[in-house]
Amino acid sequence: MDSKELLETFYFLEDTFIGEYIRSSIWLFPVIESFHLIGLGILGGSVVVMDLKLMKIIFRNIDKIYIFEQTRKFFILGLSLLFITGVPLFLSEAVKLYYSRAFWIKMICLVIGVFFVYFVRNPLIFKKDGAVMIVIGFLSFSIWTVVAASGRWIGFS
Amino acid sequence: MLDFVIWLSETKWSIGLRESLYLYPWIESTHVLSICLFFGTLLFVDLRLTGRVFSNLSVAEMNRKVLPLTLFGFLVMSITGLLLFYAIPIRNYQNIFFRVKMLLMIIAGINALFFHKRMSDEAKVWDKDSYIPRSMKSSAITSLVLWSLVIISGRMIAYNWFDCDRQPQPRWINALTSCEVDYTLFEGIDGF
Repeated sequence: MDSKELLETFYFLEDTFIGEYIRSSIWLFPVIESFHLIGLGILGGSVVVMDLKLMKIIFRNIDKIYIFEQTRKFFILGLSLLFITGVPLFLSEAVKLYYSRAFWIKMICLVIGVFFVYFVRNPLIFKKDGAVMIVIGFLSFSIWTVVAASGRWIGFS
Repeated sequence: MLDFVIWLSETKWSIGLRESLYLYPWIESTHVLSICLFFGTLLFVDLRLTGRVFSNLSVAEMNRKVLPLTLFGFLVMSITGLLLFYAIPIRNYQNIFFRVKMLLMIIAGINALFFHKRMSDEAKVWDKDSYIPRSMKSSAITSLVLWSLVIISGRMIAYNWFDCDRQPQPRWINALTSCEVDYTLFEGIDGF
């Protein structure tokens, strides 16, 4: 798919019923956006607690598997809420987002973040100890910080 | 109060912040990230009190470990929030969502004080299996609901639907936002 086809796809997505419906309402976008922010808070909380534990900043005397078990449902809950609200937000302004650098940075980091958490960080929590986990925690924390910050930045462009 | 915010808006730093190309967005982004830290960690602190998460740890231990992060988030959130207000004082002061947000924060603050006082009195003697009083559980849930509403109303500040420069508005809206409006201008328009 070249960039022209991609742009056409974005035009198509913006014209879908959901995108149209959100644009026709003045309050729907802000309300969905607010819940997107709450989803960010929930996901952020689970990332902060888990990654700071891996970085040995909090919960030093507690097993990391226990912290993982307690935080993972909030990671899933936050991510689900972000996804459910994020898709309609995207549909309502897909073409603007196509031209937004912040949007592409966010999407790339989001894919890296999800991949990193599920295929690198989480499996290693059960397998590894020591300094390598500090690095893993730091990387996860950094990626998600960029996702959140670049997401906010979409609004400035 | 209006005189004060007008004076505030004319100070050099306020104009500088308002007109800055990058500083304002950076402060705004830091505000959002600190909300994330504050709300995300508060979620675990409050839900611990309901017994739904981290039930292997005592309430006191949970608070000792997670509450500093929550408070740090609150500190950064407050500093960046004050700066955001300072950048656009008049508009924020007269914005209905800003006022709702401040009111909700006061209620959340009173709830937190009440909650914290009882908790520090009692949590010392609780261990991980202790029974947590029902009033504490409802206070924890109230806290999460209130802060969610604070986030929602805070997000809405960006919208100018009820701003003073958008007239005519219903009189009760203008009363709530302390907008000074010359209604003689709207004579003949329905509802005025």
